[in-house]
Amino acid sequence: MGWLRRNLVVIVGVLVMVYILIPNLVVTVFSFNKPGGRYNYQWNSFSLDAWLNPCASAGMCDALGLSLWVAVVAAGVATVIGTMAAFALGRYRFRGRAATNLLVFFPMATPEVVMGSSLLTLFVAMGIPSGQVTILIAHILFTLSFVITTVKARVASLDPSLEQAAADLYATPAQAFWRVTFPLVAPGIGAGALLAFALSFDDYIVTNFNAGATTVTFPMFVWGASQRGAPVQVNVIGTVMFFGALAIVGLGQTVGSRMRLGSRRKETV
Amino acid sequence: MAALTQATVGAAPVGPPRRRGGLVPLILLAPALVWLVVFFILPTISLASQSLQTGDIDNGYTLTWNFATYVDALSRYWPQFLRSIIYAASATLGTLLLGYPLAWFIAHRSGRHKTTLLVLVVAPFFTNFLIRTLAWQIILTDGGPVAGFFRATGLTTVLQAVGLTDNDSLLYSQFAVICGLVYNFLPFMVLPLYTSLERLDTRLLDAAGDLYANGWNTFWKVIWPLSLPGVVSGTLLTFIPAAGDYINSKLLGNTQTVMIGQIIDSQFLRVLDYPIAAALSFILMAAIITLVAVYVRAAGTEELV
Repeated sequence: MGWLRRNLVVIVGVLVMVYILIPNLVVTVFSFNKPGGRYNYQWNSFSLDAWLNPCASAGMCDALGLSLWVAVVAAGVATVIGTMAAFALGRYRFRGRAATNLLVFFPMATPEVVMGSSLLTLFVAMGIPSGQVTILIAHILFTLSFVITTVKARVASLDPSLEQAAADLYATPAQAFWRVTFPLVAPGIGAGALLAFALSFDDYIVTNFNAGATTVTFPMFVWGASQRGAPVQVNVIGTVMFFGALAIVGLGQTVGSRMRLGSRRKETV
Repeated sequence: MAALTQATVGAAPVGPPRRRGGLVPLILLAPALVWLVVFFILPTISLASQSLQTGDIDNGYTLTWNFATYVDALSRYWPQFLRSIIYAASATLGTLLLGYPLAWFIAHRSGRHKTTLLVLVVAPFFTNFLIRTLAWQIILTDGGPVAGFFRATGLTTVLQAVGLTDNDSLLYSQFAVICGLVYNFLPFMVLPLYTSLERLDTRLLDAAGDLYANGWNTFWKVIWPLSLPGVVSGTLLTFIPAAGDYINSKLLGNTQTVMIGQIIDSQFLRVLDYPIAAALSFILMAAIITLVAVYVRAAGTEELV
């Protein structure tokens, strides 16, 4: 009884972890299924079909390609202009700074359905046809605030004496920035870019409002397919994305800790 | 990792900016600012304007300040509005109840597995959330082990008695929708809670014990108040998107669980009644901003922005 009370939080914590991870397990297991009927809901028999022919499902790989392209471009633009804004907000005092912070916060506090529909009304009013361009505009918008917030946190936590020290050692402002400040902020920029990519790649609601009739991203493909039974290949992509993300983060952690270890060694020498 | 957590929390510890830079900050800000004004402020105005116009999609719309659309929208769709708020609130409570023990476990009891667990909380994000929500159809399906367990333990009867399910199947019910919402937004709750709880000095708990506080008092008088910033950002990050979500209610619910997002979607994209769709969208935004403002003031945390 005493043991249970002491470890209750651990037991509940592990159960909640299971709740978080079980859908991914199901996605993975059912990527090896050979469905009996149209719907991939019940385990029928083991098969590698979907893994060997990932593009066999008509239109899926095109949609995947489009989503990857949109996510790379949107994350790229949002990271560049977001990082610039983050430096402005993180290190300078200027009139309207509080209002700008509020303007950055609002898109994150707006439900996707509102953001998507209001963009649609703007595009309709201005006569801009829906398609890849409108998708990109929307994706840059909703990833931008997340990039700014992530990078700003990093910029604000910088110790100003580091740049002063660089200046004392006769570094020009440009050298001080590129050799001292930028490397220190880089992890924040990387995290912001990754977050932007993930948000863009995953988005269905905002995209659905602004894609038009013929442009189909991967989430839109999944949505359409789910209405008439999603192909097993969708599970293959889900599995690859999950374990791919784990591998990238794992690799990043290992490299990160190696680098920290390395710099510590140098310090002791 | 910390940066990712902070990004999701939205409450970065921003120190005082240090310098005046003349035109430099303006030049740095310009592209982002233009983007936010043109593609966020303007659309909001355009949405408001659209909601007050009359006409139809073929002959165009004219602004007639037709406020009757709002009356019409509310009288037709108030059940879906109410339902969205109730579902979002239930889901927020659910994520808090599940997320709190998990965040505490990761922050103070997981030892060297801390980073691994945090990564595992975030990792599902990288699998498309439609695919993961579809997986819940498999998990909750009638012949499945979860349904079997619920039936064997009598939980099905309980769910039916409180009205969360209509019959003895779990899928396509209010229960499934709220379950899906809780699942989808749980990481948004866990990460800010973790950030707050991780900073908490566990010696405070020993101090509370020394002062004869029992577990209950230690939690409510020491741990809970110190975790409030995390609770506030977590509940906001869950409630706001949950109130507008319609993926879960569409994939896991039935015709009695339709949320307001679904109505906005179909009015805009299928019925093509733009004014009423815009009015619904605007009401949703106004309702959420009002609720959030009241909540943030009550919680006394304004460091979110």
